Amino acid sequence: MGAKMARPVAYNLVDKKLEPDISMGEMPEGHQGEGFFATKLNHVIGLARKNSIWPLPFATSCCGIEFMATMGSHYDLGRFGAERVGFSPRQCDLLMVMGTIAKKMGPVLKQVYLQMAEPRWVIAVGACASSGGIFDTYSVLQGIDQVIPVDVYVPGCPPRPEAILDGVIRIQDLIGKESLRRRNGDKYKGLLESYGIQ
Amino acid sequence: MALTNDHIKQRLIEKFGDQVSGFYEPWGMLTFEAPKALNLKVLNFLFDDKELKFRFLTSLCAVHFPDLPGKELAVVYHLHNLVDNVRIRFKVFTDIRTPDIYTATGLFSAANWLERETYDYYGVNFVGHPNLKRILNVEEMDYFPMRKEFPLEDQSRIDKDDEMFGR
Repeated sequence: MGAKMARPVAYNLVDKKLEPDISMGEMPEGHQGEGFFATKLNHVIGLARKNSIWPLPFATSCCGIEFMATMGSHYDLGRFGAERVGFSPRQCDLLMVMGTIAKKMGPVLKQVYLQMAEPRWVIAVGACASSGGIFDTYSVLQGIDQVIPVDVYVPGCPPRPEAILDGVIRIQDLIGKESLRRRNGDKYKGLLESYGIQ
Repeated sequence: MALTNDHIKQRLIEKFGDQVSGFYEPWGMLTFEAPKALNLKVLNFLFDDKELKFRFLTSLCAVHFPDLPGKELAVVYHLHNLVDNVRIRFKVFTDIRTPDIYTATGLFSAANWLERETYDYYGVNFVGHPNLKRILNVEEMDYFPMRKEFPLEDQSRIDKDDEMFGR
């Protein structure tokens, strides 16, 4: 192949078969026969939700820059059905907190979380959002889980785009397996109450 | 005729006598101090004088010296003469138990936010300030974080108490 090219490039020598350009979600378990397929509503809704996440980026520092790379064409979060980044909390279901959250920003972050409709998930990207990171000081919130519940923590300072993708895939797992009744359960209500929500 | 440090010093001593003291010139910048009751008189003199014309407040901050009893808090004014391009530094000291200092907001509008910041971090009470409340930190904060008796680290945190973090 290289010999045919006018300007052979070293990294383009190996023929690689094209991947199919549309990848399908895995089918949930169920019963099927001619013309029908029966499964749990849980599974179908989980499948739909997890492949159509609308992320809300709450980017305050360098992790936000890594997120921009994650959304860009090279890493492309859109491959996971999270193409549409919304900047209104009312329409989004995944709050991605990326960067240092100062204590003064805490109430703002909580307000954004409250404005999101259920079901909603939260991912804390990077050391600062997860634990305060290197900013162990009077002005910085020592992890956003002091003000809102967090589903997935992504370590790193800042994490590479692959790590952010891994975090999103873990969120997808959580969403796909979540029971439809979870948000009405006492455990979930207790969790929100421990944060003074509702 | 350029405005020299010696000339500024001479004018100040003519006006205030031995009440202005501690003159020195680190890196060529004239620095001196005065009793805290005189701070507005000195600033006004520096502002109004036909020659001195220090009419721009570049910065205002405080320093905490726990080892100077009765002079624990220093409030430092950085002044700039924009005509002759000369800068000076003026300090007043106060006891930390009575950190009351006259506000410079009447003279410099810039002093408003700078004094709020200084109050926020050091608890200097600027008497006569129109809106003396915290500007950078959360309003619920009940201490002045840049005073030396408060450790830098966030004391509300409980998971960093092992030997790895020296707590």
